[in-house]
Amino acid sequence: MNQDLIRSVEAKHLKSDTPDFGPGDTLRVSVKVVEGNRERVQAFEGTCIARDGAGTSETFTVRRIASGVGVERTFPLHSPRVDKIEVRRKGKVRRAKLYYLRDRVGSKAIRIKEKPTARPVKGGAAVSAN
Amino acid sequence: MATVNGLLGRKVGMTQVFTAEGKAVPVTVIEVGPCSVVQRKTEEKDGYDAVQLGYVEKKAPRKETKIKRGEAHHRGKNEASKPVAGHFAKNGGATPTRFLSEFRLEAEGEEPVAGSTISVSDVFAVGDDIKVQGKSKGRGFSGAMKRHNFKGQKASHGQKIHRKPASNGATDPARTFPGARRPGRFGNETITQLGLSIVEIDAERGLLIVKGAVPGAPGGLVKVSKA
Repeated sequence: MNQDLIRSVEAKHLKSDTPDFGPGDTLRVSVKVVEGNRERVQAFEGTCIARDGAGTSETFTVRRIASGVGVERTFPLHSPRVDKIEVRRKGKVRRAKLYYLRDRVGSKAIRIKEKPTARPVKGGAAVSAN
Repeated sequence: MATVNGLLGRKVGMTQVFTAEGKAVPVTVIEVGPCSVVQRKTEEKDGYDAVQLGYVEKKAPRKETKIKRGEAHHRGKNEASKPVAGHFAKNGGATPTRFLSEFRLEAEGEEPVAGSTISVSDVFAVGDDIKVQGKSKGRGFSGAMKRHNFKGQKASHGQKIHRKPASNGATDPARTFPGARRPGRFGNETITQLGLSIVEIDAERGLLIVKGAVPGAPGGLVKVSKA
């Protein structure tokens, strides 16, 4: 009963239009940034390596290699500051948290990720070549 | 004179919400009221002005019971005893409640009538500064590190007193001064948390969404009043 009441409070703050994505997917996250007194949208593109939490406090972590340095940003999924989340590429991974990517060195080792087998259409040409 | 400056409620739990600017705010959800006005205390009669409020109604007494009066369990659980029922009946006819508490009155607003009920939106508005009183979680007999935030000692290097309080004070007085911080019973005491504010109100469900933490475990009785 307590949890129902808490969910009723959270309901108003949850986004309904978040795309379906998970660890391994390549995302482009548009974040609202305030510079002085004007606001603009900044994009951050990288691999989703984790989703954490539930309800209003759910977050996801995006990792990218920017000029040779690994950069990770954790965004609150339901924050009004996170303007838009685009799924650029679906990745096929076998675990929920891809923290092992942090130990990988070299561009190939870091970024290699197979595309998922997008459900093949019957009789259609195989799309996934990887 | 007029309206009450607080109500009784039940802590539901914590979560987080976002402000319009996108800031995440840690909040406590409190189910507040509806409280019944049990008794109006007046300057002339009682020497001070206040209102006694009741929270969580008791069961109506059973009409018939096989157990004789005076025997154990002749009155069901959560039923008001005769003296308690009398207190409610005498002062305004409110239904007997489990909890009673007195609240001060504010200078403005409607005069509370004994027997009527008050809900969240009658008393509070978004943005109000409030204080919340509740009973903290009982932690039993706790060590000095948990109870008084002592630092403790080293974990290794031949250390033998890891979590103990190291010193009882100076050696010169040759005694320990009263009030020294030692291990002992911790928690389960009434705490008033000041400096809280109301972020949202859900009048339909009777919920108060308060910025910050509130003493006690979820389900615990809390007294919410304006600061």
